[in-house]
Amino acid sequence: MASTLVDRHNLKQHKLKNARTEGGHSKAEGWRRRGPLLPALVFTIIVTQLPFLVTIWYSLRNWNLLRPDGNQFTGLQNYADIFMDSTFRSSAVNSIVITLGCVLAAMVLGIIFALLLDRSFRGQGVVRTMLITPFLIMPVAGATLWSVSMLNPSFGLVNWVISLVGIPPVDWTSSYPVISILMALVWQWTPFTMLLVLAGLQSQPKDVLEAAQIDGASWGKTFLWVTLPQLRRYIELGVLLGTIYVVNTFDQIYLMTAGGPGTASANLPFYIYQRAFLGFDIGQAAAMGVVVVIATIIIATFALRLIFRSFDAKD
Amino acid sequence: MTTTMSPRSTAPSAERKSREARRRLSGSAITTGTWVLAFIFFAPVIWLVMTAFKQESVAASNPPVFFFVPTFDQFATVLDNGAGSYFLNSLIATGVSTIFVILLAVPASYALSIRPVKKTQDVLFFFISTKMLPVVAVIMPIYVIAGQIKALDNIWTLVVLYTAMNLPIAVWMMRSFFQEVPTEVLEAAAMDGAGLIKTLRTILMPMVTPGLAATALICVIFAWNEFFFALNLTAANASTVPVFLVSQMTSEGLFLAKLSAASVLASLPVVIAGWVAQKQLVRGLSMGAVK
Repeated sequence: MASTLVDRHNLKQHKLKNARTEGGHSKAEGWRRRGPLLPALVFTIIVTQLPFLVTIWYSLRNWNLLRPDGNQFTGLQNYADIFMDSTFRSSAVNSIVITLGCVLAAMVLGIIFALLLDRSFRGQGVVRTMLITPFLIMPVAGATLWSVSMLNPSFGLVNWVISLVGIPPVDWTSSYPVISILMALVWQWTPFTMLLVLAGLQSQPKDVLEAAQIDGASWGKTFLWVTLPQLRRYIELGVLLGTIYVVNTFDQIYLMTAGGPGTASANLPFYIYQRAFLGFDIGQAAAMGVVVVIATIIIATFALRLIFRSFDAKD
Repeated sequence: MTTTMSPRSTAPSAERKSREARRRLSGSAITTGTWVLAFIFFAPVIWLVMTAFKQESVAASNPPVFFFVPTFDQFATVLDNGAGSYFLNSLIATGVSTIFVILLAVPASYALSIRPVKKTQDVLFFFISTKMLPVVAVIMPIYVIAGQIKALDNIWTLVVLYTAMNLPIAVWMMRSFFQEVPTEVLEAAAMDGAGLIKTLRTILMPMVTPGLAATALICVIFAWNEFFFALNLTAANASTVPVFLVSQMTSEGLFLAKLSAASVLASLPVVIAGWVAQKQLVRGLSMGAVK
């Protein structure tokens, strides 16, 4: 994925370098090269991988902090329970809906904003600054801003705006919890996709565009057949990185709906959090964590391969 | 003669003029549209800032009030509520973890670019795969272990976790900056007999300083805004700004204007940093893939 992007830029340089350095270096040379890498590598393994091994261990135990008799080895019982748990399934569905919905909507909006920004006009810098600001607002602040100031049923700005065209007030976070969360998320992530697409637009060779215009291609055709293919790797990168960031969404759900009403808007991170820190069911929550990691690995491998293929086809 | 010449010469230019006028008109229409869209998208931010300067009674009114006498009361209340210690905690967690990240990421990315180790690709993939690991999958052991070693509600726990959280992004970013250093420069330095440390200090570091700043910026943004670890692992002593913000919301009912003032204060450092360094932002967010 991103490595292919980097490497596409640096492929030649890299190959040269490898040809120069890979003349089978000695053991001492190998360790001299590895030396600077080790502190970061060891630190990352200890802090991110060891806890996960412990999570696997917890997931095999019947450990609930509220039940003093617990904490025995139960094998795969927790996993069996999870697959019977309908809330786990609905949370998984919400995770997918929220992640895909947010990334796709943010991508479409981001492309529109980027196209509008990719021309010189008065106040261009100010407009760009305005458009990136939602990303810089602290997510916790953004979430409360949306749930209280914007979407509050009695004094929220959104209900006031729709009342101007005669629509009766809506209790957004109760009636449409997932859509409310999506509003806050899309608002936060659109600047990210916009910046990526804008970088793609600004890197596209201008002579191709001019040639298309001379050939009399309309704006729409030029966009569809010239610009969009060139933006492809930026869009793919945006979707992939956006997914990595958005799939872990917690702040907005915690603050806007608390997963409710009931568990209607809980995603997996939030549901696992609830089971661990409010239900004190360490074993169950750990098993859910393991399942989520396995699913993530499968999806990530699949996504990485897809993207690799699309890059290989182009090169 | 002039009568035969003039239609031929003026007709095309008149046509060109009208075409140009049309283009200018549609251009200014697009510009106006862009401004309107940007304003709508930015409106929640304006509303947040406006609310922060209102009295509570004005803030929670229906229909909304757009003209009012601004007041600093809410900011004063927030600061009186002991926001200072939370800001100090955030400052430590953000600042120290960013320094740690840079100290670990610079040598690591050097070993992945300038003088690469053998399995560079695998190492890079390992780093990014840790970003895909859901945080919830490791929070329980971290909570239990931190409890056992008496590291709950301790700012250094957050420092360690934020370092691990940002390290992969920093390694990827710094590597992309190192790879831009032309090999000729390094070869020339080697020919002149410059050692590793000297090459690093006098040649590499000056060339990647802008990259270093960009990397630090991204680490600061993510660490400053982090909520999940702070919520679960800290209490009275080590809580950071996002936790403070939430406590403002839940502890004593809804005080919209005060909450907005706290939100503005909490967001301000990162908003200003991001405004100043817009170019670096996209590079950092894409982990160095977008130049």
